[in-house]
Amino acid sequence: MPEPERPEPPERYEPPAYDPLQPGKGEAIAPTGQGGPIDLALDEAESLEKPLGDDPTGPGPREKARSLWSDAWHQLRRNPVFVIASLVILFLVVISIWPQLIASGDPLQCELSKSQQGAEPGHPFGYDTQGCDVYTRTVYGARASITVGICATVGAALLGSALGGLAGFFGGWGDSLLSRVADIFFGIPVVLGGLVFLSVVTSTTVWPVVGFIVLLGWPQLARIARGSVITAKQNDYVQAARALGAGNGRMLLRHVAPNAVAPVIVVATIALGTYIALEATLSFLGVGLRPPTVSWGIDISNAASQIRNAPHMLLYPAGALSITVLAFIMLGDAVRDALDPKLR
Amino acid sequence: MPEPILEVRDLVKHYPLTQGILFRRQIGAVKAVDGVSFELRAGETLGIVGESGCGKSTVAKMLVNLERPTAGSIAYKGEDITKLSGRALKAVRRNIQMVFQDPYTSLNPRMTVGDIIGEPFDIHPEVAPKGDRRRKVQELLDVVGLNPEYINRYPHQFSGGQRQRIGIARGLALRPEIIVADEPVSALDVSVQAQVVNLLARLQSEFRLSYVFIAHDLSIVRHISDRVGVMYLGRVVEIGTDTQIYDHPTHPYTQALLSAVPVPDPLARAHRERIILTGDVPSPANPPSGCPFRTRCWKAEERCAKEVPLLAVPEAFRPEGAADPAADRAADRAADPAVEPAAGRTAHPAAHPSACHFAAEKRVVPGPGDLAAPPAPPPVRPDGPDVPGSPSKE
Amino acid sequence: MLLEVRDLHVEFRTRDGVAKAVNGVNYSVAEGETLAVLGESGSGKSVTAQAVMGILDTPPGRIAGGEILFKGKDLLKMKEDERRKIRGAGMAMIFQDALSSLNPVLSVGAQLGEMYEVHRGMSRKAARAKAVELMERVRIPAARERVGDYPHQFSGGMRQRIMIAMALALEPSLIIADEPTTALDVTVQAQVMDLLAELQRELNMGLILITHDLGVVADVADKIAVMYAGRIVESAPVHEIYAAPAHPYTRGLLDSIPRLDQKGQELYAIKGLPPNLLAIPPGCAFNPRCPMARAACRAEVPPLAEVAPDRASACFFWKECVGA
Repeated sequence: MPEPERPEPPERYEPPAYDPLQPGKGEAIAPTGQGGPIDLALDEAESLEKPLGDDPTGPGPREKARSLWSDAWHQLRRNPVFVIASLVILFLVVISIWPQLIASGDPLQCELSKSQQGAEPGHPFGYDTQGCDVYTRTVYGARASITVGICATVGAALLGSALGGLAGFFGGWGDSLLSRVADIFFGIPVVLGGLVFLSVVTSTTVWPVVGFIVLLGWPQLARIARGSVITAKQNDYVQAARALGAGNGRMLLRHVAPNAVAPVIVVATIALGTYIALEATLSFLGVGLRPPTVSWGIDISNAASQIRNAPHMLLYPAGALSITVLAFIMLGDAVRDALDPKLR
Repeated sequence: MPEPILEVRDLVKHYPLTQGILFRRQIGAVKAVDGVSFELRAGETLGIVGESGCGKSTVAKMLVNLERPTAGSIAYKGEDITKLSGRALKAVRRNIQMVFQDPYTSLNPRMTVGDIIGEPFDIHPEVAPKGDRRRKVQELLDVVGLNPEYINRYPHQFSGGQRQRIGIARGLALRPEIIVADEPVSALDVSVQAQVVNLLARLQSEFRLSYVFIAHDLSIVRHISDRVGVMYLGRVVEIGTDTQIYDHPTHPYTQALLSAVPVPDPLARAHRERIILTGDVPSPANPPSGCPFRTRCWKAEERCAKEVPLLAVPEAFRPEGAADPAADRAADRAADPAVEPAAGRTAHPAAHPSACHFAAEKRVVPGPGDLAAPPAPPPVRPDGPDVPGSPSKE
Repeated sequence: MLLEVRDLHVEFRTRDGVAKAVNGVNYSVAEGETLAVLGESGSGKSVTAQAVMGILDTPPGRIAGGEILFKGKDLLKMKEDERRKIRGAGMAMIFQDALSSLNPVLSVGAQLGEMYEVHRGMSRKAARAKAVELMERVRIPAARERVGDYPHQFSGGMRQRIMIAMALALEPSLIIADEPTTALDVTVQAQVMDLLAELQRELNMGLILITHDLGVVADVADKIAVMYAGRIVESAPVHEIYAAPAHPYTRGLLDSIPRLDQKGQELYAIKGLPPNLLAIPPGCAFNPRCPMARAACRAEVPPLAEVAPDRASACFFWKECVGA
């Protein structure tokens, strides 16, 4: 195409009569009087700003700033799985803080005479071997499970993502060392390790159990964090920040961490459910929480031998445990769907 | 002649290939860049072309100090920046900025546009006082043709072309003198590419920028560049003004590269002689001896396997009586047409550095005059009778 | 006519609504003819091809109307197993990314041979011999030695040749090539395009070349269909479209690409951005970006009307455009 045929900027054509979409476009360009290049530049500049706000062809309606987090939140709110799971979890958290809201009795007050009796008015879940109210114990048991689950997850996530993130970001021998140490922890069989470590502890609080779960749980989160930091680190925007002269701290905190944290959140949420199950397993085996702490694991353990003559003793704490674990895993699933960048 | 603002000498980047888990030992090296020299003058655009794997992106990364060269020097206004660190490096970085290829990965998706463009001011607080930054960011948005009101939006709310403008605004924030653009338009749609190319050209004259423009698209490089360097397997094989490279190429690789570029004109089909190369680019971990191009070259002889051809003006095109220029040193200077007439002789149009023992001119791009001119269309009749009165009936 | 697409409509359901990817596309290809479908990302050029091949993901995609006639029979009315027989033997497709289109755990010989084993019921040994023959046909050096190699052992250009070999295996009468050379370097691109053009001539196949590269199109196409926002806005023989485009979008594209053989001053830039398929502007989809747009363009969709023999344009003011 030889030069002279090039179409000129719009003023060469008759200006559109009236156009609500592009008001005063002709006027905006012509009066510069500076000739082709400036007019073209203006033209091009103007046209580029149009589609986002003023033009219906732009991406979406007149949108305000939408961060990826707020996008994820919008999507989560519309996801029924998330809504159900979070309502269940909210309920569990509330009753673990104020169990007396729905259970007026005392979980430690038992009447041996009512041992293994079925449901009766005021005691819908019946009684256990010791004659304690199963309903009250099930409600109070939530506290131990939720406390252990949340504390262990927070601990493992903080420790794991800090170590994994730093190892992934800096690489080198520290990274190799961390990977090997994590491998060693992976090699510890959970139940066996729990039997050995926790049997020497005499404390009746939840903290030894929390500590043990953190100890075994951090390598999994460290691996996830390391992997996602390495992925995030390779993005051009991290290079761009480096080319601007940004230091390691800024790159890590402002560019890498916010983009690497999503998988850690997802895995940690799912892990929370499994940590609750792990606590129940350890308590069942007698090395986790100990009486007088009320725990579903302990109750399940006590009920297991009586499963034939008093199945209700097992059913209610086990059901509560399953629902709790399921709720957290469902939450993790929903969060993953919302945070997974492949879906957007 | 303006002083070079950037002078690159014998730049080398080798990535070691290692083996073993505990005790890493080097078993070889990928020679990504293997002795590259050029200079960039204030206000000019140097285009660097080459196929994937030729090392052009690695050169870009070394220019902005994202990679440390294995050997060689990069002198910015006479000061070697490859050895700098700390405060001095930070100061230099202000003046050499980069525009990245992929507008989808070069902007942090968790930051607002205002934060992205304002980040340079956080890192270099001396450039703009705190209260002033928001206004500066809005100015920058305006300069690159985006609505300043979009300051609080996130990158994913923009299209590819707009994102690339944001990337350019970030590059401009510190008012650098040099911008290294690594394939800045190749990820964009055809109709948007021209917008961004025009923007870059406008910014160059507005801010007196010097560009190193790296691309694989030879047409765009010709459009924007004053001088062009052609890279193959980690080396510059030919360098010169755009006319010298495109209309008077002397290196066989350049000729093959140019002849392979499809010309958007079906009339050119009959007129073009295409040089179809055989084979693939050799691995940079194990480059051929002598001339790197000899394995695919139709001119290759024994000498090519033994001797590495230097990047120098080929003898045949040297002005008569000119002293044999100290090859690589003078090479770049010779590429400037302004130097040759100073020697008092008219330069041969093909007289520019070319790293080939058998350099010979071969015209492969048909000039505008070579093609039969298309029939001249009738002139426009504004408001003529051709305009359908009631288009709905068409 | 080998293939005729008539008034094809394809929609995609997305989170934010229905995206109209293809809105009434008509085109046809004859034996031995090359049709280039030109368009930017989102223009619907690839979706149309996927619908023709029958490899559209449904859902989220949905063919909302139209006919695809292959040798006179409507593919959309066929049963799935009938269509499967046509795929490969009647028409074949070449994709942009050869590495992800080849199975990394099977050797290329096995993948090429599989075509013969499945469709022709050949023995493994005979199929392997056929595979070598195919590799020689697409000029892979030392085919006999390399037939057992895996895809990652080949370079990009060689992989694309294997893709071509695979498409040619059953000697289809139509090849659809979706950006076959976009991922390749210029010198390799030339090799591959040359090979494709030569084989097409040799086998007298129809070729639909889907691309955004105006240069490649000028080199090999017989006729061109330019797509914008799911519609064909102009179709014409290759020489005429380059000499005198009859749609402002085509003209803008041609003017906006820099030329290797010329150093222009400033590039003409089409203003604005490609339209959002969820909200295609009313009237002519190109009107917000068009320098010639006026009231009529916003009121009504211009139909693709014949403007000369073999030429059609979907612009009310095409005469002005040709003259401009």
